[in-house]
Amino acid sequence: MPDAALLTLAAERVTGVLGGGGGPDVLLARRMQALSLAVHIPIVCFGIAFPAMILFVEGLYLRTGDVTYKALAKRWSKVALTLFAVGVVTGTILSFEFGLLWPDFMATFGEVFGVGFALEGVSFFIEAIFIAIYVYGWDRLGRRAHFLCGIPIVLTGFTGSFWVLGVNAWMNDPTGFGVVDGRVVDPKPWEALLPPNLGHELTHMYLAGYMVAGFVVAGVYATAWLRGRRDLHHRAGLVVALSFAAFAAGAQGLVGDWAGRRVAVSQPTKLAAFEGLQRTQNGAPFTIGGYYDADRGEVRYGIEIPKLLSLLADHDPNGRVVGLDSVPPADRPPVNVVRISFQTMVAIGSALGVLAFVFVATVVFRRRLPRTPWFYRAVIAAGPLSMIALIAGWVATEVGRQPWIVYGVMRTSEAVTRSDSLEIGFAFLIVVYVGLAVAVAWLLRRLARRPPETEISSDVREALA
Amino acid sequence: MAEICLALVVVGITAYAVLGGADFGGGFWDLTAGGAERGGRVRGMVQRSMSPVWEANHVWLIFVLVMVWTAFPVAFGSLFSTLAIPLFLAAVGIIFRGTAFALRGHAATIREARLLGATFALSSVLVPFCFGATIGGIASGRVPVGNQAGNTIASWLNGTSILIGVLAVLTGAYLAAVFLAGDSVRAGLPDLARAFRARALGTGVVTGAVALGGVFVLRSDARALFDGLTSGGGLAAVLVSGAAGTLTLALVATERYGVARWSAAAAVAAITVGWVLAQAPYVLPPRLTLDEAAASDATLTTLVVSMAIGALLLVPSLWYLYRLVLQGRLDQQFEPLDQRFRPLSAGDDAEPRP
Ligand code: HDD
Ligand code: HEM
Ligand code: HEM
Repeated sequence: MPDAALLTLAAERVTGVLGGGGGPDVLLARRMQALSLAVHIPIVCFGIAFPAMILFVEGLYLRTGDVTYKALAKRWSKVALTLFAVGVVTGTILSFEFGLLWPDFMATFGEVFGVGFALEGVSFFIEAIFIAIYVYGWDRLGRRAHFLCGIPIVLTGFTGSFWVLGVNAWMNDPTGFGVVDGRVVDPKPWEALLPPNLGHELTHMYLAGYMVAGFVVAGVYATAWLRGRRDLHHRAGLVVALSFAAFAAGAQGLVGDWAGRRVAVSQPTKLAAFEGLQRTQNGAPFTIGGYYDADRGEVRYGIEIPKLLSLLADHDPNGRVVGLDSVPPADRPPVNVVRISFQTMVAIGSALGVLAFVFVATVVFRRRLPRTPWFYRAVIAAGPLSMIALIAGWVATEVGRQPWIVYGVMRTSEAVTRSDSLEIGFAFLIVVYVGLAVAVAWLLRRLARRPPETEISSDVREALA
Repeated sequence: MAEICLALVVVGITAYAVLGGADFGGGFWDLTAGGAERGGRVRGMVQRSMSPVWEANHVWLIFVLVMVWTAFPVAFGSLFSTLAIPLFLAAVGIIFRGTAFALRGHAATIREARLLGATFALSSVLVPFCFGATIGGIASGRVPVGNQAGNTIASWLNGTSILIGVLAVLTGAYLAAVFLAGDSVRAGLPDLARAFRARALGTGVVTGAVALGGVFVLRSDARALFDGLTSGGGLAAVLVSGAAGTLTLALVATERYGVARWSAAAAVAAITVGWVLAQAPYVLPPRLTLDEAAASDATLTTLVVSMAIGALLLVPSLWYLYRLVLQGRLDQQFEPLDQRFRPLSAGDDAEPRP
């Protein structure tokens, strides 16, 4: 994007139209935003991936006529409805926070990126409508009609994250507007809607959604499996969820590589922070572990693999990689947070890739499920681990963009509210989220304890009659 | 273009006030239903009517937010920073309400049920009050342009805000009673229908009285708004709203709930339009006009076009949902939410489709 490059290079900084700057609580506002996102994002992974899994199981029911599948799909759909409700309320908080925490960002750039959220709104609307019809329509709509009502949920789970990720990708690689004298002019909303970073962010997040939802659900059935419950209900739950997750886990590393190469081009300082790379150099090494010492400007106690970073970022062992010293210290992100998050994500991603491989290889070559209990223990761990990778990835992306809220164009400190009493709101919000987490855990346990047969009591009655 | 976007915002606010407002009103009746046994049937009816639709109804709020921040970004930033407190409280209230509602059908003991029910009901009153107070702050000209440039307390704790906040709560309660009376008739529960009819008539009269008395509050607290509502288009809208409100009372009294649904909605729509006309040409009176507040034409055009495309998908979907709901196809079995608190969740023990 020529004008994006121009923006970054020309150092045309935007000041907020509301007067910008001066808010005392940037760090607190950032924490609050981060907290809310860290609650919202893992939940919406289920909105992204669960509908497809449910529909798959319902499809099995329609093909085989086996009510076990119906019970499973019905049970899952209730869980999905609950999580959807939680996604709705936490997402609402996020929308409010945009205005509450970053009024000047919204006032300055709302006209550039807002349309994406408007389209997101449309897709949530359709999702809310069909999820209600789907869940409350079991046994009340015809079988085919019911199945068809599930399809819009799958599609809107995709489009909902599509637009919001478009906005995030735009913040990371802004396009579609000009800057004159510190003012945003000539917005081109269509262009801002589809920023160049969207491709990898969307694919990567979408796969992450399938990993999180798949591994968490599989973990529930793996627990039951270890306790000896291996009937068709539990088996189907395990295999379907695990297959979705394994497929996504296999592809995730490749997409991550794509993401890394895009970041190298569009946000070189972020990539430098991922790696703790101080100097711009050819044939840059990749360092595993250790920590970045800002005074010395190097990573200490890490294991260095020569030329690997250039190979990864540029697909050329002698390629040139931009270092942190390319920008003044005030324009560098906090390296350690970013770097540790990034390495955590990659480590977990690689481990889960291996797990997925074991599963697929056993099923394909041995034509059975793995027997060792260690496999099932690993599956149980994979759920929380994939969530950690998810949050870590977002921390790497978002903190890695700092000190910019719109990369290279507007500083986060320009965007923040002037309010100086965010502590109260923050403390309040923590209490609310803890309460929410307890409540949801309580409900899901209660749902899980009910024997699956209760889902199909009407079919049983029908059969008896 | 700016006018079209404003019209869309008004449509969104109206839809949220009517549909979301009625959901909040359901919470109000829950709060006032009385002891566990006496109120169990009322609570059961609220639960049954709201379950399939509250999430879709809630999206209208999201729609309003994104429309405002895209089409009128400066106004959005200004009002969210100055009115941060009521808006934050509303957001938290929404969390509590949604979660408590989703969970309480699963309560197994009376203690759990009481806790969840009380959370649901109290936040149902808090949220409309806060939104009403926000509108009051805007309409009475207390939100200047700028990053938290206004007074963060007086902007929403003032006569106009409190008046509109109280009216929002009452209107929701009124709408909910009208809708629930209709639903009870459909569910074949005449005793509940009578109970909600009485509630509808009661709150209808109280709402009307508060609105009339409020005229004096506006006169002393927000003179410009008062003038706008008592002349020209504003006055016409107020009169329409009053007439529709009175008509609704008559329809409810004669138990014609189907039509009453629509006339009640019309009353709310008219007063929303009246508010906008009364403060025209300002978005944030007394200074920021519609033209100054509006985003660039390119943005507004894109927004309107994409909303039009969205509507092509949305309208048939909404139509399908409400058709199923009004036909009773998605109805839950009615169960009183009393001390037994049997789990009342989607689809359990459904009667097979006829
Ligand atoms: C289950 C979650 C998960 C897993 C296993 C991985 N990632 Fe990831 N990653 C994410 C979840 C995630 C994420 C949370 O979804 C992010 C944040 C922003 C985004 O687009 O995706 C992300 C961002 C992200 C970025 C930054 C993109 C940007 O700033 O635009 C890079 C370079 C990678 N990842 C690379 C990888 C590599 C090389 C992995 C190796 C296996 C990997 N990720 C596994
Ligand atoms: C689709 C959209 C977005 C996603 C998924 C996203 C994700 C995240 C995540 C996970 C964090 C946590 C970083 C941390 O732990 O510190 C974060 C932080 C942050 N986000 Fe975003 N974000 C999005 C959009 C936005 C928008 C629109 C804004 C501005 C209004 C924003 C501003 C910030 C800021 C300022 C931080 C704080 C960074 C820090 O803590 O250092 N983000 N975001
Ligand atoms: C940064 C800002 C974000 C904001 C302001 C935001 C806003 C919202 C809102 C308002 C809702 C509720 C919609 C409704 O009322 O039905 C929602 C739900 C949802 N969000 Fe977010 N969101 C953000 C980040 C994300 C991210 C990063 C993703 C995914 C990648 C995401 C995916 C979803 C999905 C799939 C839903 C549907 C609800 C569900 O399935 O649980 N959102 N979001």
